[in-house]
Amino acid sequence: MKASTLRHLTAPIIDNNPITLQILGICSALAVTTSLATALTMSAALTAVLAASSVIISLIRHHLPSSIRLVVQITIIASLVIVTDQLLQAYAFAMSQRLSIFVGLIVTNCLVLGRAEGFAMRNPVLPSLLDAIGNGLGYSLILTVVGTIRELLGTGNLLGYPVLRSVEAGGWFQPLGLMLLAPSAFFIIGLGIWAIRTARPDQVEADEFPIRTADAGGRP
Amino acid sequence: MADANPLTLWRRFLAMPNESRPKTLLVALLVAFACASAVSVTSVLLKPIREANLDRERQARLVQMVADVPGLAEILRGTVANRLETVLVDLDAGTIASGIDPATFDARAAAADPDASIALSREEDIAGIGRRPNLAPVHLVRDNSTLVLIILPVYGSGYQSTIRAYLALEGDRNTVAALNIYEQGETPGLGSRITDPAWQALWSGHLIADEDGTIRITVARGAATDPFEVDAIAGATRSTTGVTNMLRFWLGARGFGPFLARLGSGDI
Repeated sequence: MKASTLRHLTAPIIDNNPITLQILGICSALAVTTSLATALTMSAALTAVLAASSVIISLIRHHLPSSIRLVVQITIIASLVIVTDQLLQAYAFAMSQRLSIFVGLIVTNCLVLGRAEGFAMRNPVLPSLLDAIGNGLGYSLILTVVGTIRELLGTGNLLGYPVLRSVEAGGWFQPLGLMLLAPSAFFIIGLGIWAIRTARPDQVEADEFPIRTADAGGRP
Repeated sequence: MADANPLTLWRRFLAMPNESRPKTLLVALLVAFACASAVSVTSVLLKPIREANLDRERQARLVQMVADVPGLAEILRGTVANRLETVLVDLDAGTIASGIDPATFDARAAAADPDASIALSREEDIAGIGRRPNLAPVHLVRDNSTLVLIILPVYGSGYQSTIRAYLALEGDRNTVAALNIYEQGETPGLGSRITDPAWQALWSGHLIADEDGTIRITVARGAATDPFEVDAIAGATRSTTGVTNMLRFWLGARGFGPFLARLGSGDI
């Protein structure tokens, strides 16, 4: 496989990460990361839906009338999401109860439609598949990191197993209740974006609305 | 032109310009058909597994509720599931119906079946359920031969959904042992707080009817003052009223009332 093809797989993991660079899929990233187990299940579900939808859309891309292409894409994505949700309800019932509506909400995740419209519509099947898996992995990476931090600091456990012994169990660790609330995911993702953009300054976006300073005062 | 070979037709379809109206319509139709098939086939194939999961969940909740009733664990001395006796009750007669296996009885289907249920008049239907099935399952727990727990499945309308719960009564048939709401779709954060374990625990020990047999159990506005009243949840008035009405209906004459009366007079 050529290096440029493989680049489709590796680029979205850090360089073009869907969450930290494209800022897509934030809603689900907040909602399902209270524990690592839900974050991992959600990552797997999203990656599966993304890969399948990209392949299907890439296969039929030459025959999609542009007037109905978005409708067709969203129909395919929604069907795949329903199938995934049903599979989870059948074979991972307890987990599907904890994820509640968020698997269903993959439909509205901009990430999936974004890759379908932005990449799979214009590229052959293999690059589309690699791009989808790469984006899925990028999303999974952020979810896993956020889920690990939130579960560890919020409860002292990881995947349900005690890691830091909490005060309640006779240990020393005082769980941070804030970590289990949605705002903490914003803080963690925000700090993550800051860290990545400090390490890779080319990711920093140009100011859309620069603040006018005194010495530039006269100019428009 | 009259070539009916499907392969040729398919090629001609693919060769049509993408923006032509027939192709747009056909693509939309084919995609819709393929997606609908995928969704329905999965749904139908997985339905038995999903329903088995829900049943297991319900059973686990029932067992958990019984195990949580204070003092009951000592009486039972063993696994709860084995000590639950399930009977089908003929609600109007108040007797135990024989001839139907409680394990195969589908209470939800019966409630919708005109032959297996009766329509309730507006005055009777305080729980807002429309029709009431003729038969209903009841779970009994006995210590030797003494009845210690009667578990009644109840349901009724809340603010925006049907609330389903198990109501456990103590052996005297007039004291609530536990209430466990296992299904509801009330407003998240407000009405859905009826599933809060702390609130459900408030029900334990409350009395249902006074000496005259009038059903008095209710959710009090403000703080509860007598043994029939349970504290309300602020912001969830309609949902908690729904719970009260549901209990009043199912404990009343159209619900399990006749059965509970017979149970008390020793006919069963």
